[in-house]
Amino acid sequence: MFVARKLVLAHFWVAFVAFGAAIVLGEWQMFVRSPLAQWVNNPEHYYRSVTGHGVVMGYVMPTLVAMGFGYALTELSLKQALIGLRWAWAGFWLVVIGTVTAATPIALGQASVLYTFYPPMIANVFFYLGIVLVVVGSWFWVALMSINLHAWKKAHPGETVPLAMFGNVAGAYLWVWTSVGAATEVLVLILPVALGLKDTIDAGLARVFFSWTLHAIVYFWLMPAYIAFYTIVPRAIGGRLYSDTMGRVAFVLFLVFSMPIGIHHLFADPQVGAGFKFVHATLTAMVSVPTLLTVFTIVASVEIAARLRGGKGALGWVKALPWDEPFMLAVTFAFVMLGFGGAGGLVNMSYQLNETIHNTQWVTGHFHLIFAGAIVIMYFVVAYDLWPQLTRCAPLPRGLMRVQLWLWFVGMMVLTMPWHWVGLLGMPRRMAYYDYTHPALQPQAWTVVASTFGGLALVVSAFLFIYILATAKRGAADPGEYRFSVPLHLPVRAPALLNGFALWVAMMIGLTITNYGFPIVQLATLPDTSVPAIRIGDR
Amino acid sequence: MSAEHVAVAAERRWAYIVGGTIAVLVLMMIVTGIHWASMPPSRVETIDPRTLHVSGEFVESNLGTTLTPDGKAMVRLIAQQYSFEPQCIVVPAAMPVTFRGTATDVVHGFIVGTTNANVMLIPGFVATFTTTFHTAGEQLMPCHEYCGTGHEAMWARVQVIPRDEFLSRARNGERLSCVRR
Ligand SMILES: [Cu+2]
Repeated sequence: MFVARKLVLAHFWVAFVAFGAAIVLGEWQMFVRSPLAQWVNNPEHYYRSVTGHGVVMGYVMPTLVAMGFGYALTELSLKQALIGLRWAWAGFWLVVIGTVTAATPIALGQASVLYTFYPPMIANVFFYLGIVLVVVGSWFWVALMSINLHAWKKAHPGETVPLAMFGNVAGAYLWVWTSVGAATEVLVLILPVALGLKDTIDAGLARVFFSWTLHAIVYFWLMPAYIAFYTIVPRAIGGRLYSDTMGRVAFVLFLVFSMPIGIHHLFADPQVGAGFKFVHATLTAMVSVPTLLTVFTIVASVEIAARLRGGKGALGWVKALPWDEPFMLAVTFAFVMLGFGGAGGLVNMSYQLNETIHNTQWVTGHFHLIFAGAIVIMYFVVAYDLWPQLTRCAPLPRGLMRVQLWLWFVGMMVLTMPWHWVGLLGMPRRMAYYDYTHPALQPQAWTVVASTFGGLALVVSAFLFIYILATAKRGAADPGEYRFSVPLHLPVRAPALLNGFALWVAMMIGLTITNYGFPIVQLATLPDTSVPAIRIGDR
Repeated sequence: MSAEHVAVAAERRWAYIVGGTIAVLVLMMIVTGIHWASMPPSRVETIDPRTLHVSGEFVESNLGTTLTPDGKAMVRLIAQQYSFEPQCIVVPAAMPVTFRGTATDVVHGFIVGTTNANVMLIPGFVATFTTTFHTAGEQLMPCHEYCGTGHEAMWARVQVIPRDEFLSRARNGERLSCVRR
């Protein structure tokens, strides 16, 4: 069993090597814009670097982790060999080729449009084609997850789909619909211009399409982390999962609510009316529900672990938790960062508060806490947990793992807290450098220095992570059968609605169409909104 | 069985807390939206960036701050790679100021110092919003949206002057300016 072992390893290695390269770019950006360094001679290098960092961290790394983890979950939870192994490899190579295709024009300075594209700026056509290949490769994975689930259901009539696979397929369906927004933007609006067939583009409409993807993509990144919360953490710390049903509810709520909220990224844009901005703001509040449910369920599961270990009292059980266990550290750090990041997110989504911090360094701080903080730290956990299964290695060194996780947590806090602070002071983001000689900016200089040191800790942590995986002694031990968390109440009988996706996918599509249909049709039919394209690298 | 009851009750309590929190947040948005008329830019108004300079509201002679006939302060500005026009804007303190702006080439945006004046300028569309500056003094106004390699050099200034000074200076009907010539 576990025929997909090499496939999963290939996904993880490409993801983590790309991650290692991109994190160096990120740290370099903080260093050159800090008062520690001379200003960059050529700011174009800075934006090139931001584009590379964002494309790898936003598209390549999480997509490969979700795909690799998904293939592993299919075999481990369904206990059947992966159907469509060849197709899975084909999808993997598409992602790899796409990454190289997109990276080349970025490195050459022909695609400095950052990872959100920014029409009417138009990059080299190979940048967009590369990203299309990455997305199409990931669609192979979506199809395979659906096929494998249905094959299992056919072979096991009336049985409940394992929670890990349920979350995995929810993530796949979420992703395929999420990616439709940016795919439409690229295929319909950008590519004709990038290919030279047109020289005007509707920038406002393009931003609306991108917003469709821009928020929901975070929930796609988040799914592997949540699957780890529910199905790995309780087992790893010797506890039970408090509620299997709550996991299913959280996963389907993400499906329904993560799509129709992206216009909250466009609060300050002139091309969307106030009504739809408000509707999207309200639904953004709704999408915090699955996270709050998850926090409750996982904390309850952790409490069970503590009581099983003899923890007593209303809060005294906290002491009884296995605090030397890396997985316990990781979930704690993830929740702390999710707490701060989520509070920042509530500010971003607020119709009014957003005006204070829109497009300031606050936003960078917020999404680094959520994604690079809470989510990526769980990616580490996923890799640590699967490594013995994938390589039959001896147990990984727990001391090093603890150091690596602590460095990541401390580094991320030191990186992002100053960003939140200067964001409130109105410091704009995406700047190659700041003029610290200006009396209004000079008092903010220390924050950039602090973030540079935070970034340094993250680089060390990332390389330590890769080192731990690379030096694992392959073939040294038999890991035994892989186990997921056991729910508190057995047997698990999920209601039919929480054992399939038909209703939830229908709601996802229906809500997206009601929330995006009107603004898109309105913008698409407005006359004369196409503006001249500005090509990158022409001047 | 009773253990399960406890679990279900705890879960239900948490669900109420979650539902209540979300309801309060949404209510806050509604109340502050209506009561303080605090709203993001909200009307979909188009404009052709190719003819901005030639005719219409955003020709050079019409940019800057004016006092409209009904006694309101109005700022018109455009953003282009890599400057704002005008580069220094005079506004009154303690009275509503309406901004109307657009971009001539790519996407730009600006925030005024530590205030809530914060908007995106998308080519093809006119952004409009109204805000009030509470304290006099000079603020920086950076372009906060990546607009190309000169983005980091795109900073304008905003001078907030006392209301009375503004009204007396604006009375002769001219555009106010603080651009150093
Ligand atoms: Cu600009």
